[in-house]
Amino acid sequence: MSLITPDFGLLFWMVVIFGLVFFLLAKFGFPIITKAVQQRSDYIADSLKSADEAQARLAGMAEEQKKMIEETRLEQSRILKEASESRDRIIAQAKEEAAAEAAKLLEHAKVEIAAERESAIRDIRRQVAMISVEVAEKIVRKDLDGEDAQMSLIDRMVDEASQAQIPN
Amino acid sequence: MKAWKVILSMLLALVFVPARAEEEFDMTKFIFGHIGDAYEWHITEIAGKEIVIPLPCIVIDDGLHVFSSHHMQEHGYTLNENGKLVNAATGARPIDISITKNVLGLIFDSALLVLLILLCARWYRWHDVLKEKPTGLAALLEPVIVMIEQDVIKDAVGPEYKKFSPYLLTAFFFILINNLMGIFPVFPGGANITGNIAVTGVMALFTFFMVNLFGNKHYWKDILWPDVPIFLKAIPIMPVIEILGMFTKPFSLMIRLFANMLAGHIMLLSVIALIFLTAAMGPVLNGSMTVVAALFGVFLDCLEILVAFIQAYVFTMLSSVFIGLAHQQPEHETN
Repeated sequence: MSLITPDFGLLFWMVVIFGLVFFLLAKFGFPIITKAVQQRSDYIADSLKSADEAQARLAGMAEEQKKMIEETRLEQSRILKEASESRDRIIAQAKEEAAAEAAKLLEHAKVEIAAERESAIRDIRRQVAMISVEVAEKIVRKDLDGEDAQMSLIDRMVDEASQAQIPN
Repeated sequence: MKAWKVILSMLLALVFVPARAEEEFDMTKFIFGHIGDAYEWHITEIAGKEIVIPLPCIVIDDGLHVFSSHHMQEHGYTLNENGKLVNAATGARPIDISITKNVLGLIFDSALLVLLILLCARWYRWHDVLKEKPTGLAALLEPVIVMIEQDVIKDAVGPEYKKFSPYLLTAFFFILINNLMGIFPVFPGGANITGNIAVTGVMALFTFFMVNLFGNKHYWKDILWPDVPIFLKAIPIMPVIEILGMFTKPFSLMIRLFANMLAGHIMLLSVIALIFLTAAMGPVLNGSMTVVAALFGVFLDCLEILVAFIQAYVFTMLSSVFIGLAHQQPEHETN
């Protein structure tokens, strides 16, 4: 049967044609297509990997952020505590200083008052002395009209003065 | 539903068409005329007038002769009882490299394949594959190429698959397009190319060379001095079997593709032939058989499209496996 005996002419042409097709497709056809497809699938794989990395980095950043917030909160409470402490201290110190100042002022006022009083007393004394002298003058002017009166006054005054001298 | 009604009424109308059965229908001639090779391309017969494309005959006898198959007699050649070209005077077969029906079909299908693949490759040359998705022909062919390369070739051949994938892809698409064009019944198609043993034989031969020319040391050691007890090697039973295996593998490839495609064509033709065989048996039988044959023909055509793909796939897969076997690394070191 001619069905299972290969025909030489067809064999010949098949070798030629298939060889030519193989040459053309293997040189200009499939390598270009498969290379492009490979390039794309590599690119996709790379993109997936870098996306994964970015995701991981993002997660790390979130973690870091959380840590930073925690740290900040601790810092904040520390600062608040410190502030309240220093406030208390400043108030206490201010109170102390104010008390000291008040005491000093009081002292000063006392001294001043004492000095004022002293000078006031001295003033009064001088006035009293002057008034006394004036009064004495007037009394003396009226009483010393006679010789006797003058003499008796001198005597009395000498007595008094000597008496006053003794206790000193 | 509407389409069904139209088809059914058309088929029923055939029942009442008076069939002309003037001559005896020759089943063998009908089938072999379709699946065999010829020096002319018989397209159809309209009202007793044959529509035939004569094909060039190229003969090396006592020098090179080129002539149209219609002028065969004038050049001193005739056809023998097998339909082969012979010298009219001596009856001897010359060296015959005529462009027969199958050769013309091969040329046409190959040109179509090369055009399709190169157009597809051109898309990748002109477009940035990282920025655009494939369109048109590239979108059609890329999934098939990727499927064959990644799922069949890469898995079967192993790490060195890149070197062999152009051949295996060529084989796949070559077989596929010839199978599909073989089913397509109108002019450029319809030649029984992959159902011809010369064609499948050459395909198998290419695989044979691909396997054996690039086989590694381990492959040849496995054939000539396999890892079996010494008495199986001293009288060379195993080497003989292994060397035989080198040839039976491509031989099975050849027979498998040839037989499958031939069987498909014969099945399809036989079903269609039912219409003509029953023409002499009266309009009722003929009409009902026409309906059955047409419906069965649709079914077989669908089956053949599936088979066209499966056979191309199987040929590629087995070729990949054979190439992969010739590139295996030894599983353990032997002394």
